[in-house]
Amino acid sequence: MEVSDRVDSVPPSGIRRFFELAEEMDDIISLGVGEPDFSAPWSARDAAIGSLERGQTSYTANRGKKELREAIAADQRNRYGLDYDPDEEIVVTAGASEALDLAFRALVDPGDTVAVVQPSYVSYVPGVIFAGGDPLPVPTRAEDEFKLTYEVLAESGAAEADALVYCYPNNPTGATMTGDELAEVAEFCREHDLVVLSDEIYSELTYEHDHTSIATLPGMAERTIVFNGFSKAYAMTGLRLGYAMGPPEAIAGMNRIHQYTMLSAPTTAQYAALDALQNCDDDVQQMVGEYDRRRKFVLSRFEEMGLDCFDAAGAFYAFPECPGDDAEAFAEELLREERVAVVPGTAFGEGGDGHLRVSYATGLGQLKQAMARIESFIS
Amino acid sequence: MSSRGEILAILRENARTSTEDIARQTGADPEEVEAVIADLEAESVICGYQAIVDYGELEDEKVRALVELNVTLDRETSYRDIADRLAKFPEVTSLRLVSGDYDFDMSVEGDSMSEVSRFISEQVAPVPEITQTVTHYVMEAYKERGIEFGDGDDEDRLSVSP
Repeated sequence: MEVSDRVDSVPPSGIRRFFELAEEMDDIISLGVGEPDFSAPWSARDAAIGSLERGQTSYTANRGKKELREAIAADQRNRYGLDYDPDEEIVVTAGASEALDLAFRALVDPGDTVAVVQPSYVSYVPGVIFAGGDPLPVPTRAEDEFKLTYEVLAESGAAEADALVYCYPNNPTGATMTGDELAEVAEFCREHDLVVLSDEIYSELTYEHDHTSIATLPGMAERTIVFNGFSKAYAMTGLRLGYAMGPPEAIAGMNRIHQYTMLSAPTTAQYAALDALQNCDDDVQQMVGEYDRRRKFVLSRFEEMGLDCFDAAGAFYAFPECPGDDAEAFAEELLREERVAVVPGTAFGEGGDGHLRVSYATGLGQLKQAMARIESFIS
Repeated sequence: MSSRGEILAILRENARTSTEDIARQTGADPEEVEAVIADLEAESVICGYQAIVDYGELEDEKVRALVELNVTLDRETSYRDIADRLAKFPEVTSLRLVSGDYDFDMSVEGDSMSEVSRFISEQVAPVPEITQTVTHYVMEAYKERGIEFGDGDDEDRLSVSP
């Protein structure tokens, strides 16, 4: 049976062979996983279990439990002073990835151009293509610390685009953007009438300065969809719960697709998420403190090895330069010889080449061993 | 200067963490870290460094028992006096005064059950202030001082993800 041209047009991941190789090996130290090594806080797990015990296994409202949407709205108000209407401006989804897919399908018409800041999470480009749009790479530069600038946007031709999608704190680089830096991006988007899809899934994981949501900047809330979820901050990747917030017409469009595909996000996970927002701040703070320790450790070890790695101040990734020209070959050899899995930067699009994504969401003991192996491999 | 609490937390998690690694994690100089640790040792805040052993993984497994002790005090004898006497036995690996149904909570280690039993009946029970001993042999250990024993079941976790 043949698959559609649209699916066919998205090439399989260039590092598929590397993934397959890693999957076959069972005694590797993996710094290749983009998920916390913690479990979800007990309180959230208890809430999920409790909901099952009470038999709360039905669908919820398409947009998600009202109580959860209200808690999300309250959380945004507390953190950023943003005022989203829980009935019209929030939709709860099966992971932030679903929310992004909904946004691409709801907002992008065939032939529309979506500027994709790179290196970036691997789903953005295929998401745009599946929606019939044309992705336009906006490569950020190591010398700019992988931050998005007005100049980079202008040079890449983003002025002609209809929308811009990015993720800060960034996967894979760990780069963050301050409010002042985002102001430049906001200015560009206002000037050229771009819709902004701001993936803020790592917003809780910042170490040097607090996260700023671009939606707080003047004139931006009305042109921005913000994506977030519970996977990273609350270590709930497997529960698949995310959400999107934005102008009512956009959220209504996204919800229309959502109600025909997912119907509603997993009910058990919604109970866990509600509890996470209400009771798990301390757990998040503890996890963030632990990531920060690991971050300092990893950055200083790379410095010791003489590998350039800017001060990645968010998410749980370091993005050091890769010795040699071919990051994919390097990662494969490192895996075969030293049994350490890292992801080559090439997997994340333009600007990723020549780098490695190293996840420090793994215990310090393992990190230490892995760094020693990397050091011995490159020396 | 790194806080003592921060350094203690790292050492409590892994006492073999090198001074350089602690410095990296806390953002301090290695010399500062060394000085803080030296102070903590001198003040007996840090009393020692030991390995946490899963005896279940060893061929010649040790036998361990938790012993509840009840005591009676008189004018000349305090809890501390009894504790000082018991703590001197090398078989005793930990000793705590606790609230509740009994007075002391004592952990004992030996090469065999008979050795542990003999120690309790011949060395501990005869201490004049001790009125009762209840011995619980440890059958299986799952977690010790924050460290979980046994293999984690991570089979289904991705080893690499984009």
